[in-house]
Amino acid sequence: MMDKKVLIIGGGPAGIETAYSLALQDVKLVLIEKDADVCGNIKNWDKLFPDFKNASEVREKLIRKLEHPNIEIITNTEITKLYPEGNSWFAKNDAEKIFEADAVLLATGFEVFDAKRKEELGYGIYDNVITSVDFEKMYKSRKILTSEGRVPQRIAFLNCVGSRDEKVGNHYCSRVCCINAVKQAIEFKQLVPDSKAYCFYMDMRMAGQFYEELYRKSQEEYGVTYIRGRISEAAVTMDNRIQIKAEDTLSALPMKMTVDLLVLMVGIEASAGTTLLSEQNNVLGLYGFAKPLGLYSEDNMTAKSGLFLAGTCKRPLTLPETLADARSATTDIIRYLKTTK
Amino acid sequence: MNFHPFILPFAVGAIVLFVIIIYKYVSWIKNLDRKQKYFVNKNMFTFKTIQAIGEVIREALIHRNIYKKNPVLGYMHMSLAFGWFLLIVVGKIESSFYAGTFFEEPWLAIFFRYFAKEPHNYFMAAQFTFIMDFLLLVVLSGVFLAIMKRMRSKFLGMKKATRHSTFDRIALSALWWVFPLRLLAESITAAISGNGGFLTGSLGNLMSGLPVQALELPLWWAYSIVLFAFFVALPFSRYMHIPTEVVLIFLRKWGATAGEQYSGFSDIQINACSRCGICIDACQLNFAADINNVQSVYFIRDTRYGKLTDDIANNCLLCGRCTEACPVGIETTLIRQQLRNKAEIPGKHYYDYADTVDCESKPEVVYFAGCMSHLTPSIIISMKKIFEAAGVKYWFMDEEKGLCCGRPMRQQGFVQQSKDLISKNMRMIHSSGAKILVTSCPICYKSFRDEYVLEIPVFHHTEYIETLINSNKIKLHNSGKSIVYHDPCELGRGCNIYDSPREVLKKIGKLQTSELERENSLCCGGSLSNSVIDLATQTKIRDHGLEVLTESNPDILATACPLCKKSFVHGNKAIVQDIAEIVAVNIIAEKQSKKLQLTKNINEFEVNYK
Repeated sequence: MMDKKVLIIGGGPAGIETAYSLALQDVKLVLIEKDADVCGNIKNWDKLFPDFKNASEVREKLIRKLEHPNIEIITNTEITKLYPEGNSWFAKNDAEKIFEADAVLLATGFEVFDAKRKEELGYGIYDNVITSVDFEKMYKSRKILTSEGRVPQRIAFLNCVGSRDEKVGNHYCSRVCCINAVKQAIEFKQLVPDSKAYCFYMDMRMAGQFYEELYRKSQEEYGVTYIRGRISEAAVTMDNRIQIKAEDTLSALPMKMTVDLLVLMVGIEASAGTTLLSEQNNVLGLYGFAKPLGLYSEDNMTAKSGLFLAGTCKRPLTLPETLADARSATTDIIRYLKTTK
Repeated sequence: MNFHPFILPFAVGAIVLFVIIIYKYVSWIKNLDRKQKYFVNKNMFTFKTIQAIGEVIREALIHRNIYKKNPVLGYMHMSLAFGWFLLIVVGKIESSFYAGTFFEEPWLAIFFRYFAKEPHNYFMAAQFTFIMDFLLLVVLSGVFLAIMKRMRSKFLGMKKATRHSTFDRIALSALWWVFPLRLLAESITAAISGNGGFLTGSLGNLMSGLPVQALELPLWWAYSIVLFAFFVALPFSRYMHIPTEVVLIFLRKWGATAGEQYSGFSDIQINACSRCGICIDACQLNFAADINNVQSVYFIRDTRYGKLTDDIANNCLLCGRCTEACPVGIETTLIRQQLRNKAEIPGKHYYDYADTVDCESKPEVVYFAGCMSHLTPSIIISMKKIFEAAGVKYWFMDEEKGLCCGRPMRQQGFVQQSKDLISKNMRMIHSSGAKILVTSCPICYKSFRDEYVLEIPVFHHTEYIETLINSNKIKLHNSGKSIVYHDPCELGRGCNIYDSPREVLKKIGKLQTSELERENSLCCGGSLSNSVIDLATQTKIRDHGLEVLTESNPDILATACPLCKKSFVHGNKAIVQDIAEIVAVNIIAEKQSKKLQLTKNINEFEVNYK
């Protein structure tokens, strides 16, 4: 129907979902992914909160959507330059390969916070300090083990690593880590029922549907212990376990505890590509995320006509929110293609 | 007798000034603390007094220090101080020759030209006239520069001039008028009596068309009144620094130093501040964070007038840049620390619960990492690796149940609590029987050096690593990486350790220089001493510092303080590492011990930056 072409940068859930909805509307498009495989950050996930759905099912569904004939996929290609000229948009990679389109969707997503920046927590220094992403990878084989191969008897999850932390410059909440900690704590307790699982938090932000129920279930059925307070420092013991110092702010007492494994719930940060391409087009918002034109009906548009946004390149979002946002971007893109010459 | 009523304002002003200054001197000396009094008594009648006189001439009259820092500003001070001094001395000699006695009227020298109207035939009259005119010209050139400085401080190389109090303004205006009025009065008299030198005589000739007879007395009156105003305002204004600096120089030469408590010596230092404002330009809170009311000059002024608020006393990084810049050498940071003293507030002994552990392992070295190093475990692991590689038997004193060294408490004014910690730590250190104490934290290091009474020497780890290298206990390979070194405040300005870190770094990489280093290095913004500013302000200071340090785009930004490391790491601009980490990575291990394997990760520890 339409002779217009759309370029989607980023082959994660947001990019794929938009691509599919556009393809259904007879729009021809190219989807460019920097990695070898599509699906973005959910490649790392095994089960999803809050319903423990297999992430692989979601991935398969997404990948099947890409079979639509209107979609051309180019992987292993990282766009480093994006600019408009006349009514067209041009994107280039480092090899100076140029892609031309009538409209562009940024779906460049997020990266997890590099936990090494919080040196006091010992990630990258002590073997038994891991991140929530490492936990997922281990959980795929259903083997959560210490670096010595032991089954941990005590595990601690620490929320807000790189989120709501003025010192690292991220004031915002990443929104997905609280519920993810609840999910991972349950998964761990299911694997090692007679273990102890502690979760350190500032607030448990259980705003999504079924989150609160799951949080409650984790305490009532799985005996996960929640401690309100951040961990101030981690050290290693003689037997390579992790000693943590924290404050239980509800009882206003400092505490020390030794655990076999410390899991850092790393937050969401804007991906390098998001920051780079937003900056080039003057749509850079706070913390390196891309800035939408408005908060309400203009959330998928930008100040640049023909440049659209979907998913976590704008801010931290859950997976269902990202997919919904992608479909909403489709509407704006189609309207734009129809009204411009 | 040479008398006219117009000398009265001058005479009254001079007497008032004299009485007030003597009163102040006496009360300061009375309030010296015991140690300061001891040194004064001990050294008063020694060669040190002669040295002090020399320094008074160099600093209070010639102003060599200011001259070195800023030649124009130095000349301005010299011309005013030394010029005026010589005017008084030479004037006195001249008037004595004229009167034929040393005991002529005391005011004669001041108003000499008015009283000595008849043709001059005393000894060397012409030469005296010339010298006096020349000196007046020198002083006037200083006044001219002072006025320029007020109007446009940039003219004298200063970014910001101090905002002044009312007394300052009175004294300042009076000072500006003293010499122009003297010039006019002497010139008018010269026009009447036809004497005068190259300056007053020539100006007198120019003015001969004016009604000189009618103008003469009003001008001499004005000169005297302006002198009165200056003298009376002086003790309450910044010009009190003139008579105070002299006392300060003597006391310093005799060996007095600022103690823990505010004392008469602190009063003297505070009065010796000329409010030149050099400290404003040195202060990072000013140029990186735009905070303009807390700098030492304002802190000292507020203290002197009893208007000091907690907000101003506590809003300081205690980085010591202003102390370094102060031409008078006022111990600004120490005095601030004295005034933060909260000893009189009934406080808890917070640390009663903390038990000390005795060391039984008979180590060679006690290692005290410090609280901040516990937040940068990579430094601790590196130190372990270095000790092990050197085969040194050490005791990690604060590994499990460590206490704070006490300095952050001290800086905030909690003297008693700090002492509690110090005594506990000292007991533990001495229980070890070790030969030396090594710490990774410059804050602890300064505390150990200045506030502890230790039986063994203390080393910062940069110094210690240097000795290990020099004695061939560890061997390093040169990584070839370019490194810029950041001097931590407490280690550099605080303890004067500038060379050891550089010597070590030269062995493991290409050491580069940066624009502000050594005494001029910047604070990372993470100072524990400022309890007022928020993180956003700290961030501004940090980012400015990072910009200066990473100018040359080094591979590594090296520092020797865990606090600096933490601050700079969060700036996400460069790879920031402590010297211990860089050393640990580049150690050539001769035999790999089992323990060393535990620390293998350190080699891969490098944060990824976007």
